[in-house]
Amino acid sequence: MLQQEIAAQLDRRQAVATLLRDRGDLLVITGLGSPAYDAMAAGDHDRTFYLWGAMGGAAMMGLGLALARPQERVAVITGDGEQLMGVGGLLTIGAVLPKNLAVVVLDNRHYGETGMQPSHTALGIDLVGIARASGFAWCHSVTDPRGLEELRSHLHEAQGPGFASILVKPDSPSRALPPRDGVELKNRFRRQLGLATI
Amino acid sequence: MNEDEMQAALRSEHAQTPWQDVLFEGLKRGGIRQVPYVPDAGHSHVIRRAQAEVGMKAYPLTTEEEGIAALCGAWLGGERGVLLMQSSGVGNCINMLSLLASCRFPFLTIVTMRGECGEFNPWQVPMGRATPAVLAAMGVTVHRIDCAEDVANTIDLAIHDAFLSEQQIAVLLSQRLLGRKNWTD
Repeated sequence: MLQQEIAAQLDRRQAVATLLRDRGDLLVITGLGSPAYDAMAAGDHDRTFYLWGAMGGAAMMGLGLALARPQERVAVITGDGEQLMGVGGLLTIGAVLPKNLAVVVLDNRHYGETGMQPSHTALGIDLVGIARASGFAWCHSVTDPRGLEELRSHLHEAQGPGFASILVKPDSPSRALPPRDGVELKNRFRRQLGLATI
Repeated sequence: MNEDEMQAALRSEHAQTPWQDVLFEGLKRGGIRQVPYVPDAGHSHVIRRAQAEVGMKAYPLTTEEEGIAALCGAWLGGERGVLLMQSSGVGNCINMLSLLASCRFPFLTIVTMRGECGEFNPWQVPMGRATPAVLAAMGVTVHRIDCAEDVANTIDLAIHDAFLSEQQIAVLLSQRLLGRKNWTD
C-alpha cells in the first residue's frame, strides 16, 4: 500500500473560516466530527445543518437540498472518512448534475474522531479523481491559501456540481460543539427559509 | 360524504386503473417532488412515470441509504419525496434511518417485497423476512398492501402521516400484490 508523502500545510479551522467568510445566503451541510466543529468555530448560523451521525450521508443530504432550492447555493463541508463511507453518493451526484451544489472534503487523511487511523486517502485513493470520473463540473485539489480563496468564490459563483479536496494538517483542534438537538437544527434551518415547522 | 363514502368513491374511481398508476397518482396528489430510487421491476412503472412528470425529479442511487439522506435534505429545502426500494435494500439503510429518528424528519418509502410466498430465489428470503422488524426497530411505521384495492387509500394516509405528523412510514408492496417473478422465460 502506498503511503502518500504530501506535507499538508493548511490549518483546517482557518480553511473553513476562509470558505465561510461573507457567506451570504450560502446553505451549508457539514459532516460529523471535525468539519462540524470547524464550521461551528467559524460562527454558528441558521443556514448551517450539522450532522452528528448518519456517516456517509452529508453529500447526499446536500443533493436533496440543492434540488429543492435550485435558486440557492449549497455547500457540503465534510471529512475524508465521512465521504469515503458514502463514496457512491459522488456517483449519484454526478448522475444528477445539480449546478448549485459543491462538496468540499477537508482531507487530513485520517479518522480524527476515532484514534487517527489512516484513511484510504492516506493509502493513495484519490477522491478528486473519483469526483472527476463522476462528471463533476469542476474539481479542485486545494493546497494553499490562494486556492482556498478561489474555492470560496466558486462556492458562490461557479456552475457545479463542484468538488474540492483541501489538504489539511492532521491535527485535532479543540472541539467547538454545535447544538446537537437534531429537531431544533432542522426546524431553525426551515424557519429561516420561510418554511413551516410542525 | 363521510370518510367511508369518500374511500368507497376513491376505490370505485380506481377500480379500472392499474394499481401502479393509482400509486403514482397518489404520489402526485400528495405533492411528492423527489423520487430517489434503486431500480426494481415492481417499481419500474412508477419510475418511468416519475421521470416523465414535469415537476418531479427521479434519480437513481448506488445504494438505498443515499436516498434517506437525500430526502432529509429535500425536506430541509421544503420538498417532499419518496424512496423506492426493494426489501433487500432495507438492510442497507439501518444506520441512516437513525437520521430520521434523531431529527424527526418526515419519511416515506415504498418497498417492493421479495422473499415472501412465491419466491423462487432463497437468497431473498432472510432479508425479506427481516424487513418489517428492521424498519420497526428503527422507529419506522410499517404498512403493507396485499391487494390493488388498498393502494390509493394506503398511499394517501402514508403521505398524510409522514408529512403532516412528521412520521416515518414504510409501505410494503407484498409479493401477493406484485405477483411472482417469472424465472422460466
